[in-house]
Amino acid sequence: MSNTSPWIDLTGTPGQKHEEGIVVSDSHAAATHPPGLAHHFESYEQQKESSFLGMWLFLVQEVMFFGGLFCCYVIYRSLYGEAFAAASRELNVFIGALNTTVLLFSSFTMVVAVNAAKQGNRKWIVYGLLLTMLFGGIFLGVKYFEYSSKWEHHLVPGPHFEWHGEDVGRPVEIFFCLYFAMTGMHALHMVVGIGIMLWMLRPAWRGKWTPENHNFVEGFGLYWHFVDIVWIFLFPFLYLIGLAT
Amino acid sequence: MSTQDFAFTPYPDLPKSHYLNVAYGLKSWLFTTDHKRIGILYLLSITFFFALGGLYATAIRLELLTPAGDMVQPDTYNRLFTMHGILMIFFFLVPSIPAVLGNFLLPLMIGAKDVAFPRLNLASWYMYIIGATFTLYALFMGGVDTGWTFYTPFSSTYSNSYVAAVAVGIFINGFSSIFTGINFMVTIHRMRAPGLTWFRLPLFVWSHYATSLIMVLGTPVLAITIVLLAMERVFKLGFFDPALGGDPVLFQHLFWFYSHPAVYIMILPSMGVISEIIAAFSRKRIFGYKFVALASMGIAVIGFIVWGHHLFVSSQSLYAGLIFSILTMLVAVPSAVKVFNWTATLYKGSIEYSTPMFYALGFLGLFAIGGLTGVMLATIGIDVHVHDTYFVVAHFHYIMVGGALMGYLGGLHYWWPKITGRMYPGFWSHLSALIIFLGFNLTFFPQFVLGYLGMPRRYHSYPEEFQVLHILSTAGASILAVGYIIPLVYFIWSLKYGEVAGDNPWDAVGLEWQTTSPPSLHNFDEIPVVDFEPYDYVEHEPVDRPYRYSRSEA
Repeated sequence: MSNTSPWIDLTGTPGQKHEEGIVVSDSHAAATHPPGLAHHFESYEQQKESSFLGMWLFLVQEVMFFGGLFCCYVIYRSLYGEAFAAASRELNVFIGALNTTVLLFSSFTMVVAVNAAKQGNRKWIVYGLLLTMLFGGIFLGVKYFEYSSKWEHHLVPGPHFEWHGEDVGRPVEIFFCLYFAMTGMHALHMVVGIGIMLWMLRPAWRGKWTPENHNFVEGFGLYWHFVDIVWIFLFPFLYLIGLAT
Repeated sequence: MSTQDFAFTPYPDLPKSHYLNVAYGLKSWLFTTDHKRIGILYLLSITFFFALGGLYATAIRLELLTPAGDMVQPDTYNRLFTMHGILMIFFFLVPSIPAVLGNFLLPLMIGAKDVAFPRLNLASWYMYIIGATFTLYALFMGGVDTGWTFYTPFSSTYSNSYVAAVAVGIFINGFSSIFTGINFMVTIHRMRAPGLTWFRLPLFVWSHYATSLIMVLGTPVLAITIVLLAMERVFKLGFFDPALGGDPVLFQHLFWFYSHPAVYIMILPSMGVISEIIAAFSRKRIFGYKFVALASMGIAVIGFIVWGHHLFVSSQSLYAGLIFSILTMLVAVPSAVKVFNWTATLYKGSIEYSTPMFYALGFLGLFAIGGLTGVMLATIGIDVHVHDTYFVVAHFHYIMVGGALMGYLGGLHYWWPKITGRMYPGFWSHLSALIIFLGFNLTFFPQFVLGYLGMPRRYHSYPEEFQVLHILSTAGASILAVGYIIPLVYFIWSLKYGEVAGDNPWDAVGLEWQTTSPPSLHNFDEIPVVDFEPYDYVEHEPVDRPYRYSRSEA
């Protein structure tokens, strides 16, 4: 972290402010405020640092949210490893791998959009977002067919659930509870992400995000990569654990 | 603008322009992004829920007046104490100090124009309102009977009440907490005025930083837990269903992973308020400032690893129990550091018995009792004996009401002249503080005895030998109710008739007192530069207050 401004200097000493040449008085008057800088911030730097810290804290919150699910998974898998492996073999590894690839590509196109925002290339922000939405859409489409095939095979937990595989006990149903909860929460995050990208298209095309201020695009990029990383954990936990045995 | 300039000047009127008169109308409130107005929105909402939760408490105390369960059916009684807990914890105590006083004061105290994310701040209030709407829906349909702890499998399978609606309500309301937490942490990191280093921050800010940490780390775990519970109930899944091999105790672990730190969400901001009040009315630097500041962080961190003390009798292994027991006692250390440092601050201070100080001194005694009985409950041998009795009920009410609520009321009295620009009547506020203190002790001290003698919690009828103590408790609750109604009346009265308080009625230090009362829309005309240490009071200097206590004395 750079210490160019006393606003972000954790150990700053008094009286630094004037030396740094920051406008002190009456800076909330709209006329003196640069475009894209919110009224309560003193500089782009401060706005950017705040924006990213906020996003990272939000992701910490997300880690704890998914952490609760992973905690359940770890406990039940350590208790019922055999049942989890058997249940996992009901999932289609090929489709899971395909979706992993698709999602990785979407992360790449997200980086393209963020990079374009850094350079002020509004055309490629839009292209990047559109491609990311396309890959995200493919992922969700594949997920839809995966879910419906689970329904047809009576693998959706609840009164409808039937197990015809090897006799490893009822915990197989817990595996599918977790499968739907985890992938469902992940898919929900993707739906929200695609919704936000839809909203982003217009301001992106109109050139709202400049090299000085594209915090929203970069912050959203962090979110999208986080959702991607969650899947990187879900794929082996759900699809691959049955392969070894 | 230094304090000397206006210290002895009478205040004929409020400042010409302030955050309350820059715009009028419902729209200017519902779409505001001003942290001060959002604080007021929260103030109104949580006051409503406090009153509602209080009505449930009233019904509970009336039922317990007689040994026979003669006022309500057992099932209704279950709904009464459940709704009392849910409303008071999720919709009053958790948002109380952070969302009202924290929202209002944090930017003022650090010399900022607003919190880092003003729109997120407003969104947090809407999340609260949406969550509250779901909860009110469940309440009007008949409520929930699981206890505020929602233990499975009763809540997921057997309960015939509106668990799912309340679960959704609490899930959404959780985001109000998370948004506030993120906002406060970023604000404290990035928005401090020049010269305001970490160890120059008021302790109120430190305690809110610690609180925000818990909000951000803990609340999402409750969120996913409550989602799993709702999914298990609605879609008949089986995360915690023993029939499938699921573990109901896992639910308890996940629930308390949030809900024990949530206790610190409620008490830490209150501790911050007490630090401000005690320093201001002892006219002294707070004793051991750094220790008090870091104790907040210590409580927040250790608070995350003590949840297992709620599961001493829930089939948790003895070894886990032992470790949780020791860790729980450990959390008493930073709490004790605070209490000792406050006491040392009082020592040889020029103590002034203002209304906020009444609350602060009340807090000290009540929190000490609540905390020490907490150490008793952390001892497994005692806990096995008194778990699920009124001893536990009395313990956590000493922390929640005697600690958190006393701090909230003390803070409200301390900053009311800053928030509204007007002073409340001195006589009535002193009287109500005393009534609350006495009423509180009369309500809850007998419950320690009741619990120790074996009165279980969550029962609507009891053997006759407990009746005397229950009558004392109910009588205390009635007195307590009077104590709460008086401030409600004089606060509203003061809005129109209260003496104009002036910018710094307590002659206190801190940036929030250097701006006008009420503050202007952007808080400060100039962003202040901080070149003084926190609690920079000149010791033993006699104080000549620029305000008078009530209109009649004026």
